[in-house]
Amino acid sequence: MEKTTLFDKIWDSHVVRHVPAGPDVFFIDKHFIHEVTSPVAFLNLEKRGIGVKYPERTIATPDHNVPTVDQDQTIKDKLSRMQVEKLRENCKKYGIELHDLGTAHHGIVHVIGPELGVTQPGMTIVCGDSHTSTHGAFGAIAFGIGTSEVEMVLATQCIMQSKPKKMRISVEGELGKGVTSKDIILYIISKISAAGATGYFVEYAGSAIQSLSMEARMTICNMSIEMGARGGLIAPDETTFNYLKGRQYAPKGEEWEKAVAFWKTLKTDEGAVFDKEYQFDAADIEPMITYGTNPGMGIKVKDRIPTTEGMEGSNKTSYLKSLEYMGFQPGEPVKGKQVDYVFVGSCTNGRIEDIRAVAEFVKGKKKAENITAWIVPGSREVEKLAHEEGLVKILEEAGFELRQPGCSACLAMNDDKIPAGKYAVSTSNRNFEGRQGPGARTMLASPLTVAAVAVTGRITDPREVFEN
Amino acid sequence: MAYDKFTVLRDTAVPLPTENVDTDQIIPARFLKATERTGFGDNLFRDWRYDVEGNPKKDFVLNDPTYSGKILVAGKNFGSGSSREHAVWALYDYGFRCVVSSFFADIFKNNCLNIGVLPVTVSPEFADKLFAAIEADPKTEIEVNLPEQKITLLSTGESETFDINEYKKSNMQNGFDDIDYLLNMSDEIEAFAASR
Ligand code: SF4
Repeated sequence: MEKTTLFDKIWDSHVVRHVPAGPDVFFIDKHFIHEVTSPVAFLNLEKRGIGVKYPERTIATPDHNVPTVDQDQTIKDKLSRMQVEKLRENCKKYGIELHDLGTAHHGIVHVIGPELGVTQPGMTIVCGDSHTSTHGAFGAIAFGIGTSEVEMVLATQCIMQSKPKKMRISVEGELGKGVTSKDIILYIISKISAAGATGYFVEYAGSAIQSLSMEARMTICNMSIEMGARGGLIAPDETTFNYLKGRQYAPKGEEWEKAVAFWKTLKTDEGAVFDKEYQFDAADIEPMITYGTNPGMGIKVKDRIPTTEGMEGSNKTSYLKSLEYMGFQPGEPVKGKQVDYVFVGSCTNGRIEDIRAVAEFVKGKKKAENITAWIVPGSREVEKLAHEEGLVKILEEAGFELRQPGCSACLAMNDDKIPAGKYAVSTSNRNFEGRQGPGARTMLASPLTVAAVAVTGRITDPREVFEN
Repeated sequence: MAYDKFTVLRDTAVPLPTENVDTDQIIPARFLKATERTGFGDNLFRDWRYDVEGNPKKDFVLNDPTYSGKILVAGKNFGSGSSREHAVWALYDYGFRCVVSSFFADIFKNNCLNIGVLPVTVSPEFADKLFAAIEADPKTEIEVNLPEQKITLLSTGESETFDINEYKKSNMQNGFDDIDYLLNMSDEIEAFAASR
């Protein structure tokens, strides 16, 4: 038999029709929607006079623009309120399951999907949000789409897609102390560049990846898009099954056994060929941080910002423009730089493990005077666990401010904005100009590094604080 | 969403050689709050175009009357980042019908094709030629010929062919979109869905 990759297996089994000299008609198992990229799709359905074909295959939650305080009250910002109300209206009209503000499973769409057990191995999953790649951690093909495609999925449960090329990224060996999955992915992107995987779908493999928890795997798949990849996935294994077992939408009883038997077949055959392969050694990975305005501009916390040596033309101009925005000089170290804000949250690192890691780190310590520290759980469930486990108390004693679930300062559509010119070290996934507020300067790092920065007030390698 | 048909476009171009222009620059998140598709052009490149008080920044190319046209010639890795289709709506709404670059981000390119903005991928050398020609003469014209899949710098006659898949090409030429196609095969989709 032909040797195929995990990606091929899932993709090929979802093709309804191959269009000659065109894309595939691709069937979508699950569709997530949120308030920002769906209203126009619904509006267009109406204009065409058609409805939602399979409403039971779509799940909705408002996350992008919602306030993270007073969620039980009417949203103050008029435009945000209108978007959330539109979402409610549309869900009601078409019979779509909505996890609304204040309900038990409200949260960032990529946090609640896995939490509910909606996300499962072998599925195809889309959402009008590029970080849909997160769900790939379960061995699913999951990727972000535009609003026209949201409309297609609502209308037909299919989209038209050309099959991407395949890339495998293997990380072998054991991770050092203080090194997390966020460091793995920031390291990989810094090596491959912010556009290095454009046109590809990535499978992450190797012993270092297999050793990770589900939550840590989600962090990696989440940022696949930051190197241009359509998505990333990891073959399901016992870790995956244990995570899913007993969750609300996971199969039960006999169905569960059948599902697991199928899921176990979901892996890349030995000898299957990828269009591109990369191999990295876990021992080379250390705590990482970004210094520029795209996620590929990352270095080890202990290293210096690259000089312009070997750069020319628009490459050099763009690089210098980026450093100017950040207020940094080529060749200088980042360690020791003063920081103003830390943000723990987002679909990259806003899950319970992340909050546990930060709480464990700051327990009995205080945040530095110059730091404003925000912690925004990825979902109500995460918030609830953080309270139950006593993490909130620890964090509040350390001077962190806990907010209610949502995307928050990850994209600053609500009031959670970093002021112009200020430095924020953030567990989110994008350091683009203005991403966390007009003029805000974002540096991406792991929850541990963020905790270390919160305590010292400066860019710090978390291992140094451990040692003291 | 139906859009204008695209066949041959002949116009001057606006140059934006910056690399890695992400969709947060094309349209910042705080302007994504509309529930309709119109009006995004006013906020295209908002933070590069206006200062905090809302005054136009003189050095940004869209504020420079020297340059105009329906073609945007952009730097490498254009449209990275978020999947927001609003970025393409903003370009379309502003008046661009074609974006030329030596490298596009994936989702952005798909979004362009879905709403009728033609993404033309050229070689880095040809991109450099375009930038140089526009800089030398902002009135220089470029012809983008979709049926022939060819882009020509009219001042020198230099040209290059570009790729687009047949299906998307015919959609663009006819102003059709994917939903029309998908709705026409509902029986096949229903049968497939029932098997899952
Ligand atoms: S947390 Fe950030 S990256 Fe994730 S879905 Fe929300 S805005 Fe997008």
